[in-house]
Amino acid sequence: MTRTEWRQFQTLALHAVLIAGAVLMCFPFIWMLLTSFKSSNEILKPEQWFPRPKVFIEERSGELQQVLIVEGEETPGRVSVEYVGRKGQMEVSEEELIRRTYLLENYPKAWNKVQPSFGRYFFNSFIIALITTIGQVMTSILAAYAFVYFSFPFKNILFTLFLATMMVPQEILLIPNYLVLSNLGWIDTYMALIVPWLAGVFGIFMLRQFFQQLPRDLFDAAMIDGCSRFGFLFRILVPLSLPPIITISIFTFLGSWNSLLWPLIVTNSENMRTIQVGLSYFSQAEGTEWELLMAASAFCILPLIVLYFAAQRYFVQGEAASGLKG
Amino acid sequence: MREHRQDYSAFAYLAPAALILAVFHLIPVVYSFLLSVHRGTLKNPMRHFIGLENYQELLKDQGFWDAMLNTVFFAVGSVPVGILLALGIALLLNQKIRGLGIYRTIYYIPVITSIAAVALVWNWLFDTNYGLFNQILVGLGMEPSRWLQEARGIFEIWGSWCGVEVPPEYGGPSLALVCIIIMSIWKGLGYNVVIFLAGLQNIPPSLYEAADLDGASSWHKFRHITWPLLSPTTFFIFIMSTIQSFQVFVQIFMMTPFGGPQRSTVVAVFYLYEKAFKTFEFGYASAMAYIVFFIIFLLTLIQRKFVGEKVHYGG
Repeated sequence: MTRTEWRQFQTLALHAVLIAGAVLMCFPFIWMLLTSFKSSNEILKPEQWFPRPKVFIEERSGELQQVLIVEGEETPGRVSVEYVGRKGQMEVSEEELIRRTYLLENYPKAWNKVQPSFGRYFFNSFIIALITTIGQVMTSILAAYAFVYFSFPFKNILFTLFLATMMVPQEILLIPNYLVLSNLGWIDTYMALIVPWLAGVFGIFMLRQFFQQLPRDLFDAAMIDGCSRFGFLFRILVPLSLPPIITISIFTFLGSWNSLLWPLIVTNSENMRTIQVGLSYFSQAEGTEWELLMAASAFCILPLIVLYFAAQRYFVQGEAASGLKG
Repeated sequence: MREHRQDYSAFAYLAPAALILAVFHLIPVVYSFLLSVHRGTLKNPMRHFIGLENYQELLKDQGFWDAMLNTVFFAVGSVPVGILLALGIALLLNQKIRGLGIYRTIYYIPVITSIAAVALVWNWLFDTNYGLFNQILVGLGMEPSRWLQEARGIFEIWGSWCGVEVPPEYGGPSLALVCIIIMSIWKGLGYNVVIFLAGLQNIPPSLYEAADLDGASSWHKFRHITWPLLSPTTFFIFIMSTIQSFQVFVQIFMMTPFGGPQRSTVVAVFYLYEKAFKTFEFGYASAMAYIVFFIIFLLTLIQRKFVGEKVHYGG
């Protein structure tokens, strides 16, 4: 083997290992999707990895019925079928065999299986994550602006106190915050889910660093031109800081969307459940209806993956910021 | 540039963030301590001052020690393996290969997805009746496993394979907990890979060029350049993952909602959750929260002290 051949072999081996790893990383998602298109009978067949195409057959009554062909080709003639969980033989003619399709009904079934419906959970999660994000971005911008462009007494002490909240794990906040919120009568309301998270140090810290890197002349020039401090913040600083603001928004949104423990504690009614809380109750209630559970997992996970691919650039920036600078 | 005068309008800008952080993130630390030295009712949790009684009781509570032991099992099981795997993948990705971005993206996907939803997917993979893992075991002609329902310790199981009888008290984490550890490693791997990659890319290429001139082998380059220069990154990941291990809750709750077979997956935060919000023993649970807080606080301090000093090389 020549040197170049050896190099090529190495590159090939490297990619083989990395591709194998990537497949392993993705596999749970692939398995989730495959399962979500299976019927409850197919779930019980260990040897069958892929969902079979279902065939729509026009029934004698004229109504469109869905029949799963178990054996044989999807061609006219006598085939073994499975229909509403029962197995049997069936004569299928050319006209009856309308089109083949995959089973999609697990999705609407899972969606409506909970009270009131996953639509409500999505709505809750979305509203909570959206308001939390907007609030946290606003409070972070204002606080970071004060820390960089103002001089005021106790500045360092205040900043240290702000930073100290980074050292406080969520676990110790659960009970006191629960008691405070129940005294306010906010348990089982949006307030309890949103208000405690309207400020966060991650955003303040990241924006402060970004503001510090901007040339100070910008501020002085704006002041000379008669711009107010507030005007400078919103007309000049915020438009310049859109990349970190988007990064903070994405991370805050995801953090809120994905949280389980807090919403689990401060909500009790079905109407207030978030996606994650809804999923946890759904999984405890539906135990073994895996095709429905996987459909529910899929419609909870897919929006995040879409968001991730759409906004990848900002994810990378957030990783760098939350990483070594942390 | 310095401002010449003190500007009190700054407080108006700080007020919203300061108010929220003070009320919901700083004062609770004090409140929580006060709760932990009182006994009371749901309505009035601070009725009687009892000093450190809750802490004393906690130290006598076998359930608490079991939860702490399971938490340590979780940390020891997930952190080193997670770091080694991530380092391996990062080293492979750092070979100036084509498609780096694509690989990185794929390895990162589990990190951004909701842990509650992916925990359900793993529940299905580990299902004892029709789950994929048991299908594979049966396909290979082996006995199906009970996975998340298996209370026997992993060492006990390994022992039984080799015909050695390991007593249950040395059995280690239950297989159920090991399943959750595996899932957690998978979930967090991409994050560590990305941080390791950033660390690797900070190492000046000139060092490797010099080593090449001296005819150093790959192993020598790794041992004497990569590993020492990467140590701040490794340390950062080590501490962060350990902190996260002590906070683990969601995957435990989703995969074993009642604490697993023979309570073998009850970790610190899960136990705390049960004490606080199932039986509403706020004082007792607060004492426990304080112990968990103390451990995490120590780890954070260690991280700030060491990483803060040594993070920059060359750049």
